[in-house]
Amino acid sequence: MHLLICGGTGCKASASDAIAEKLKTELEGNNLQNEVQVIMTGCFGFCEKGPIVKVLPDNTFYTQVKPEDASEIVKEHVIKGRKVERLLYVDPAKKATIEDSKHMGFYRKQMRIALRNCGFINPENIDEYIAREGYQALGKVLTEYTPQQTIDIIKKSGLRGRGGGGFPTGLKWEIASKNAADQKYVVCNADEGDPGAFMDRSILEGDPHSVIEAMAICGYCIGANKGLVYIRAEYPLAIKRLKIAIDQAREYGLLGNDIFGTGFNFDIELRYGAGAFVCGEETALIHSMEGLRGEPSNKPPFPAQSGYMGKPTNVNNVETFANVPAIILKGADWYSSIGTEKSKGTKVFALAGKINNVGLIEVPMGITLREVIFEIGGGIKNGKKFKAVQTGGPSGGCLTEKHLDTPIDFDNLIAAGSMMGSGGMIVMDEDDCMVSVAKFYLDFTVEESCGKCSPCRIGNKRLYELLERITKGDGTMEDLERLRNLSTVIKDTSLCGLGQTSPNPVLSTLDNFYHEYVAHVVDKKCPSGQCKSLMQYVIDPEACVGCTACARNCPVNAISGERKKPHEINPAICIKCGACIEKCKFDAISIK
Amino acid sequence: MSHIKLELKPEQVAKIKEICKSFNNDPGELINVLHKTQETFGYLPAEVQEVVAAELNISVAKVYGVVTFYSFFTMIPKGKHPISICTGTACYVRGAEKVLDEFKRILDVKVGETTPDGKFSLNCLRCVGACGLAPVVLIGEKVYGRVSPDGVKDILKEYEEQ
Repeated sequence: MHLLICGGTGCKASASDAIAEKLKTELEGNNLQNEVQVIMTGCFGFCEKGPIVKVLPDNTFYTQVKPEDASEIVKEHVIKGRKVERLLYVDPAKKATIEDSKHMGFYRKQMRIALRNCGFINPENIDEYIAREGYQALGKVLTEYTPQQTIDIIKKSGLRGRGGGGFPTGLKWEIASKNAADQKYVVCNADEGDPGAFMDRSILEGDPHSVIEAMAICGYCIGANKGLVYIRAEYPLAIKRLKIAIDQAREYGLLGNDIFGTGFNFDIELRYGAGAFVCGEETALIHSMEGLRGEPSNKPPFPAQSGYMGKPTNVNNVETFANVPAIILKGADWYSSIGTEKSKGTKVFALAGKINNVGLIEVPMGITLREVIFEIGGGIKNGKKFKAVQTGGPSGGCLTEKHLDTPIDFDNLIAAGSMMGSGGMIVMDEDDCMVSVAKFYLDFTVEESCGKCSPCRIGNKRLYELLERITKGDGTMEDLERLRNLSTVIKDTSLCGLGQTSPNPVLSTLDNFYHEYVAHVVDKKCPSGQCKSLMQYVIDPEACVGCTACARNCPVNAISGERKKPHEINPAICIKCGACIEKCKFDAISIK
Repeated sequence: MSHIKLELKPEQVAKIKEICKSFNNDPGELINVLHKTQETFGYLPAEVQEVVAAELNISVAKVYGVVTFYSFFTMIPKGKHPISICTGTACYVRGAEKVLDEFKRILDVKVGETTPDGKFSLNCLRCVGACGLAPVVLIGEKVYGRVSPDGVKDILKEYEEQ
């Protein structure tokens, strides 16, 4: 029997370490430490109900486990074979508990390739990875295939870059392989900068060896003996696990010289990012690895021609690499049978925002947004109405109700005015103001623009100022036109992907939520009640009983009135903090 | 740069030199050197940057350029308990801004500042990847999940006696 405990960042923050310790102590107390193994794994994906404890072989899925539950799990489940009912997941639709995770709505439609080992193995133990066919793909490639044959498999599989660009991976490798040089590099882009996306972190935390193995395969294909992982310093746990994995692989001779006795040499080093979103762009990333400011440069030359230290360099994202060993072992035909015509395989998405099941999911390309949000995601939080889903991070766009049945793939998302990006999916409900959302993203872009080219540096700032004016109620209809024109110019003239996509949130909200912009500009109203400057708090004199709760809690003393008589808010003093609404027991205060 | 003129002690200079040496004084390792130096000193004042520049044989302007480019590096000393509020999208739509406002109100500092007693510093960061717990606040290494504006007072209380 195995007890698997999620050791991802989210669950660790909710004391999953303590749960593992308690389980171990309880097992030892019952002299079961040799029969039952407690294993810290990577992320199960179901972060909403973490910390998760999964019992194998029966697949029992315990949610929101606390350290004090450990004793009951051991005494009831392990010893007596009775499941702990109160910790089982309750299906919100049927109001019934689900014992086996396979039957949960969250997992039913998922298909795990890149995440195949996350939540199954102890990422700090190479033997567990090897037991699940780990490093077999590397062995197979080195002993059975030539580099070109391997590249052909990847090309045939239809794998496209998962970092956002969607460039065919096999083709990228082929270009790098054809550029002759005395030294080449394989780079893994683990600078996951999209706020709200955490798939790369989860893969590195849950299955670091799959990335190491794939980098070595890539090295063999393009003729590189050196790999570099560029990873965010904000991910300490991923860094730690990656370091352990690299050391173990070296110890086993799976990195280093003469791997599998074939004469192939390959080793990996880590490079740390320092918090710059633009470093996700490959030329900026390379400059950052060279110790410079992470500013992008013009392409060509492409990194495949002249990259790190001026040598041919192949840059792929974490998730792209994680797919490679599976493709080699199961074949290109298997992989290309999954997905849509032009987007093969699966994609990992980070579901977040106003959704019931926040977490990490992997689904076949071609699944619809409706299936992802309402079946896997379990619908909108607190029974609210779905308004929009933002895909592709700050470079993406907001999709609406009318896009819910569009099959998700690279091309469809672009056609709908958004993009795949790295796979962040933020769900918004009726309470979110779309003008504010666009402003939020622009605020991010303005801060993260490296400043090298003026359309991005100045243009985005101007976009932000226009949006700020609109949310303050000072916007005009001409401003809406200006927003659109300026957005187009920035997209057309910016140097790198950051500026070429940064106006997307503005354009897509203009397209899909034009009426909200108009409401801000013409009626001077924020339909979602989010824009502070456009709100006014009013006390209904009929409902107010004069309990003084609001007046006592107002931080700026804007509320006046006698005891047991209706109170009044002075709009000139009111800072619209909402404290009064929260304290009023009689629902007498409303926003107009 | 910084308005406080700092006199580095000889052993501090030696420590910086040691860090640079451990990366072979290679200018290509500048970011790693700065990571290590900030880990040791807590921040990167101008005087520290001057030593790094001299050791790696590059201009101070270049070091300064890198320090100010990356948000991870800071030239202002952080508080004893650095508070970071996640303002990633997932946290934003779940109310991170209101939580931030409450921290600002109680501590009476702006983002990027440190309280006069040096106890707390307030910063924003973009996504720690714990979106399931949104909105998220980090104090030091400790992660607080599902923070509400009302809960801010209680969180700060934990650090009162320290």
